[in-house]
Amino acid sequence: MAKKILIVGGGLAGTIVANGLCRQLRDEVSSGSVAMTMLGATETHMYQPGLLYVPFGRMRESELFRDQRRVLDRRVRFIVDPATHIDTDKKTVTTQAGKTHSYDFLVIATGSRIRPDNVPGMAEGAHWFYDLEGARKMRDALANFQGGKIVVNVNVPHKCPVAPLEITFMLRDYLAGKGVLDKTEITYTYPVGRLHTLEPVAKWAAPEFDRFGIKSEVFFNTKSVDPKAKTVTSEEGTTLGYDLLVAIPPHSGQQVIVDSNLGAGGWVPTERNTLLREGSSDVFVVGDTTNIPISKAGSTAHFEADTVVDNLASLLKEDRWARSYDGKVFCFVETGMNTGTYVWFNYTTPPNPGPPSQMVHWFKLAYNRLYWLSARGLL
Amino acid sequence: MSVKQKIDARGAYCPGPLMELIAALKLVQVGDEIEVWSSDKGSVSDIPQWVNKVHHEMVGITPQDGYWSIVVRKAK
Repeated sequence: MAKKILIVGGGLAGTIVANGLCRQLRDEVSSGSVAMTMLGATETHMYQPGLLYVPFGRMRESELFRDQRRVLDRRVRFIVDPATHIDTDKKTVTTQAGKTHSYDFLVIATGSRIRPDNVPGMAEGAHWFYDLEGARKMRDALANFQGGKIVVNVNVPHKCPVAPLEITFMLRDYLAGKGVLDKTEITYTYPVGRLHTLEPVAKWAAPEFDRFGIKSEVFFNTKSVDPKAKTVTSEEGTTLGYDLLVAIPPHSGQQVIVDSNLGAGGWVPTERNTLLREGSSDVFVVGDTTNIPISKAGSTAHFEADTVVDNLASLLKEDRWARSYDGKVFCFVETGMNTGTYVWFNYTTPPNPGPPSQMVHWFKLAYNRLYWLSARGLL
Repeated sequence: MSVKQKIDARGAYCPGPLMELIAALKLVQVGDEIEVWSSDKGSVSDIPQWVNKVHHEMVGITPQDGYWSIVVRKAK
């Protein structure tokens, strides 16, 4: 009887797992002794980091999307029918269309979503670039912006930890190019007592903020937005006025995780080295949806997925574990429209970003195209 | 009855122990406690500083072998 591997979620993590397993288990998949199925929510695969460039007209929308069937190995049975309930006791997943899929091994890769509705007034009052619709609206708002107060408001938790600084520096460059920077005041708010949770990044950013005249309010955890008065207020008691509010909205996991009682907020309790769901020996969790205290980032999804591929293939072929996930994260940081740096760390190695350069920025632009090789499990 | 949740943030550089605590407090009930394990010495001052600003309650900080156990109660 075929071993059934079921992957719930068609984002980067799930796609790398599917493609990687098809490569490592090519004989088993070809002979039918292993059957690979993926349940996804859409026909298309979106390159999410590209959304950062859309408000500034630096990437076309079409460049962010590929047909998921073309990204996936053709031996993966891909079904566009989102999961609505996961039963780890019965080892089944039920879908929106009412189908039930059973599994021998499950990979939960359901990702995360923005929840501006979790902050009163944010959905009505703020712009964001974390989904396509939001990025389009922000692009229109910026095109019409003629100067005033911009507040970049960072909420917890969120994916892509460096995006708040990236959008701030790119906004600054964009407005300078538009000729309205001298009529604009940018204020950046952050939930903890420095400009970024990564201390070396915060130390690097502080003099850059001073150099560019960017203001900041730290220890700012958003309580509410007043879209009529155009103010944003924090739990700590500070209120800021704005003409344009750019939010990094708080995130949650997917509803199916909550409805299946798999984790509060949609975050699945996951062992940090094996990436097994806590209490399970046949359920792996990868990407944003784990509750591991680690960056919710594409690189995290990528390195976690690689680990799961090695371990699941090794279990099926050799009945043994291959390796642990070491907590590796690698993030590019755009520091303006034509410079960039990067930061990497793992559970035992602290981050140490280098000085920004044009070369790293160009490498990031190249990765915007090379991403599809990562999704296919080739890079 | 209050619940105690644990966050093992040892070796967690990003988003870091305090950001993990802030996110976790949104998901628990008033009266519940969250215990954060942090290997970052800065947490011993960062976490109480923020807890006091937003009027939650510090329950205690206990040094362990290579990390600190920091317990916070959600007060509002």
